Amino acid sequence: MGHTHAGGQSALREIDLQVAQGERVAIIGPSGAGKTTLLRLLATALKPDLGELEVLGRRPWTLAAGARQRLRADIGLIHQAPPLPPRQRVVTAVLAGQLGHWSLPKSLLSLIYPLDIQGAADALGRLDLAEKLYMRCDQLSGGQLQRVGITRVLYQSPQLILADEPVSAMDPVLASHTLGVLTREAERRNATLLASLHAVELALEHFPRIVGVRDGRILFDKPAPEVGPDELAALYANEQLEHVPTLPATPTPQLNIPRC
Amino acid sequence: MLNPALARRDPAAASRLMLTLLAVALLWPGLKLSELDLGVLFDGSNADTMGTFLSAFWPPEHSAEFLGLLWQATLETLAIATVGMTLALAVAIPCALLATRALSLSALSRDGRPAWWAQVFRWPVRGLLILLRSIPEIVWALLFVRAVGLGPTAGVLAIAITYAGMLGKVYAEIFESVDPLPARALLGAGASRLQAFFYGVLPQATGEMLSYTVYRWECAIRASVVMGFVGAGGLGQQMDLSMRMFAGGEVASMLLTFLLLVLLADLLSRLLRWRFA
Repeated sequence: MGHTHAGGQSALREIDLQVAQGERVAIIGPSGAGKTTLLRLLATALKPDLGELEVLGRRPWTLAAGARQRLRADIGLIHQAPPLPPRQRVVTAVLAGQLGHWSLPKSLLSLIYPLDIQGAADALGRLDLAEKLYMRCDQLSGGQLQRVGITRVLYQSPQLILADEPVSAMDPVLASHTLGVLTREAERRNATLLASLHAVELALEHFPRIVGVRDGRILFDKPAPEVGPDELAALYANEQLEHVPTLPATPTPQLNIPRC
Repeated sequence: MLNPALARRDPAAASRLMLTLLAVALLWPGLKLSELDLGVLFDGSNADTMGTFLSAFWPPEHSAEFLGLLWQATLETLAIATVGMTLALAVAIPCALLATRALSLSALSRDGRPAWWAQVFRWPVRGLLILLRSIPEIVWALLFVRAVGLGPTAGVLAIAITYAGMLGKVYAEIFESVDPLPARALLGAGASRLQAFFYGVLPQATGEMLSYTVYRWECAIRASVVMGFVGAGGLGQQMDLSMRMFAGGEVASMLLTFLLLVLLADLLSRLLRWRFA
């Protein structure tokens, strides 16, 4: 990836960020800082109001719609709540990752009989989900769904992987393991990986470069070993919360009001 | 603790009274305009006429010859409804895909609101669907009976045209009512619109589409009977003949057949919904 340069959104101001091909970057910061907006901009799911955006050496918003769709096939966005149809089977949901590269007849055929069962099973196996291959998405827990979402993007094998809170519904051990798989896969394929994370220790453990975002601005951008406790304190300091007066605990009677 | 002065009166009472008065005031002219007078039903000679007409319904006709005729007419009615629906689907599904906002690429980066020029392209399709369904099928049937002559073809064409308009509109709205995020995620990963439809929208929409389609098929059966009265074949034409000959038993048999058909459609709908939703 050449350079990314976007700004002017009310959620993001004067962001100047360059990420090289194959780099692994964690984006941390308090809720509402603009981490998701930044990732959605990079995924071309949002058009920047101001500034320039270059992804994988091309400017998506100067391309024709067809060329932009081909570019999008090389960008994988892992959602915090994976958007999977509840009645879809896991194998279909994973195979859907390759739709950008499949022709319409091939994708229709795959709906009748899954065409690459082995590929989907291998991808799921890396996240210990191989036995869920034929289950429906609504039979999985939140953490399992997140792993299916990650598997789909791994199966898509994009050059740029964007992950928005990819492990937020998993317990700490599983979250660390899953992030390990994700970063190793990205490294093996020389894919660029940007992930937003709530858990700072996971970011420091798995990512060589850390970007701190607060109020739509980049607060710091440095290698993980150089991130100190002072910077983290500044990143997460919350003036508003400290000044909230503690309300006297008035026991409000639980009224059972039927809706009418 | 409620204020006793407040508790004495229901604050909503006045508006409810107003609504009731308004409803009556609106209904009264309707009653006048439609010349509804239930008293006529129980007026001596009228009641007798209806009584004799209805008493002729018993026993339902069940001679082997008539049952053969009935079987033929039933098959014809089913065929009219089914072929008409199939033709309607062939028009409705492409139109729904063109008319729906759910597969908009320009909406992808605009929080689900398509660009104005993309909406402009959808309007002709929506207009076509409105045109198709705004003319009642009986009018189409009368038109086609003149064009292609008496027989089932007129019924099939009339059903195909009207129902294409209804199915297309409702399908487009079903596609828009399901969770849009799966389709948007697929479009955002480079999938084409049709791929996003088959992998992101259809899995969520199948149950509702099937249920509505089977309900419409049931309506098509009813409509084909009505169109039979203007010469478009099937049970309706047979019923028209029997009524003209005052053969109440035959009419009763046909109404019973009709009941069975609707029951069948209901069972089919329940079976499909149980399997797919």
